[in-house]
Amino acid sequence: MAGERQDKASVKYVGDSRIPVRREKRLPKPYSEYPGKTEPFFPNFLLKEWMAAVVFLVGFMALVISHPAPLEPHAADPNDTTYTPMPDWYFLFLYQLLKYIPGSMIVLGTVIIPGIFSLLLLLAPWLDRSPERRPSRRPVATALMLFVVASIVVLTYQAVASHKAQQAEAAAATPPPPPPPAAEGAAFDPEQAFIASCASCHGQDLKGTPAAPSLVGLNLSVDEVVDIITNGRKGSMGVMPPGMFQGTDEQKKQLAEWVLSHQ
Amino acid sequence: MQRIYNWLDERLDLSPIWRDIADHEVPEHVNPAHHFSAFVYCFGGLTFFTIVIQILSGMFLTMYYTPDIVNAYNSVKYLQTEVAFGYIVRGMHHWGASVVIVMMFLHMLRVFFTGAYKKPREMNWVVGVLIFAVVLGLGFTGYLLPWDNKAYFATKVGLEIAETVPIVGPYVKSFLAGGDIVGAATLARFFAIHVFFLPGLLLLLLAIHFILIRRQGISGPL
Repeated sequence: MAGERQDKASVKYVGDSRIPVRREKRLPKPYSEYPGKTEPFFPNFLLKEWMAAVVFLVGFMALVISHPAPLEPHAADPNDTTYTPMPDWYFLFLYQLLKYIPGSMIVLGTVIIPGIFSLLLLLAPWLDRSPERRPSRRPVATALMLFVVASIVVLTYQAVASHKAQQAEAAAATPPPPPPPAAEGAAFDPEQAFIASCASCHGQDLKGTPAAPSLVGLNLSVDEVVDIITNGRKGSMGVMPPGMFQGTDEQKKQLAEWVLSHQ
Repeated sequence: MQRIYNWLDERLDLSPIWRDIADHEVPEHVNPAHHFSAFVYCFGGLTFFTIVIQILSGMFLTMYYTPDIVNAYNSVKYLQTEVAFGYIVRGMHHWGASVVIVMMFLHMLRVFFTGAYKKPREMNWVVGVLIFAVVLGLGFTGYLLPWDNKAYFATKVGLEIAETVPIVGPYVKSFLAGGDIVGAATLARFFAIHVFFLPGLLLLLLAIHFILIRRQGISGPL
């Protein structure tokens, strides 16, 4: 691509460098010595790399669009003692390794084993010095790497399995907090609650029965209705006993809103 | 164009730089157009491509993210649910973090099994392992930033594990946490490490990685 410089004499460097002139250059081995066809990096090979990158990018964006990044519904609560911690998946094998090591020898899991393997990895070129490059002719290096990869896969798998078991155990062990608000709030249907708890006296159509007055045309706020549901009331037709509907405050509020919306 | 190039070349001697960046031959054995199995040689390039995605998406995330314990979660939630295309940019950064690690691991396995780390490329292997460590550090520090329970407790456990390391452990923990507990100081430090320190180190190591490979060329066919 580059044009030869027209006039080499027109560029002169000031000779204050302390680096001695070295005539023979250690350029990479020309690939013309290798068998087969070479091609220029730019633009021919870069175009092919870009095509591979585009295929990759399509798959990646499909993942991104179809699976929004997870975010829990609440900010961190340091006082939450029930949360089962879980590191990101690529640290799981290290995390799982610690579980097999008794607490008194924890150094083995935090420093010694990961340290040995990190050093082996870092120093691989000096441990495996033969000029031989085929994996089948360097059995020790190949076997060790396969062993490490298999260990990482197995440990990660076990970590995920034990995390799931732990979560299930935690869910079973914690007694469902007296009416779990989030779980039941979603399933709570004020109309069903009205039919179950209120309709026998106030009527399916809210228009009242001989036992209790109509709930149509009430001039009450939501809070007042919640108060009546909770504490009962002495009314014109007799006494409404307290606690006819048992539920959380949120559910009482939803029931009251449902009643007031049917005027 | 040619005149501009000549003008610059006369003063800056561009030709060798241009040769290293663009105008060098690529051998057949790494070219997937000739041998499909040569796609294993793409993992390094795809790692770099994903790192570029991470840098760009991360730059856009910092336009909305607020690194303090009161607003961090809310700013992420706002970005995720309200900002136009916010969930896509955050999704790219979130999934990209995993993809970088997968691609880098595959690249490392390719280099290992083809014995490409042997003389004269020992130093580039060492630089590559350091890049791996830096990327894992980026993953660990970035995991805390959304500040939900998952982030908080993973970091808490991670720092407790670091604390058990003999002698240096407690110092490492209090250096990273900025105190005795995982709190406001921890979030500020992790943000600084994630956004300034480690990316700076990563770019430096990547530059060395690429300069060395241009100096030494790709290893030959097996």
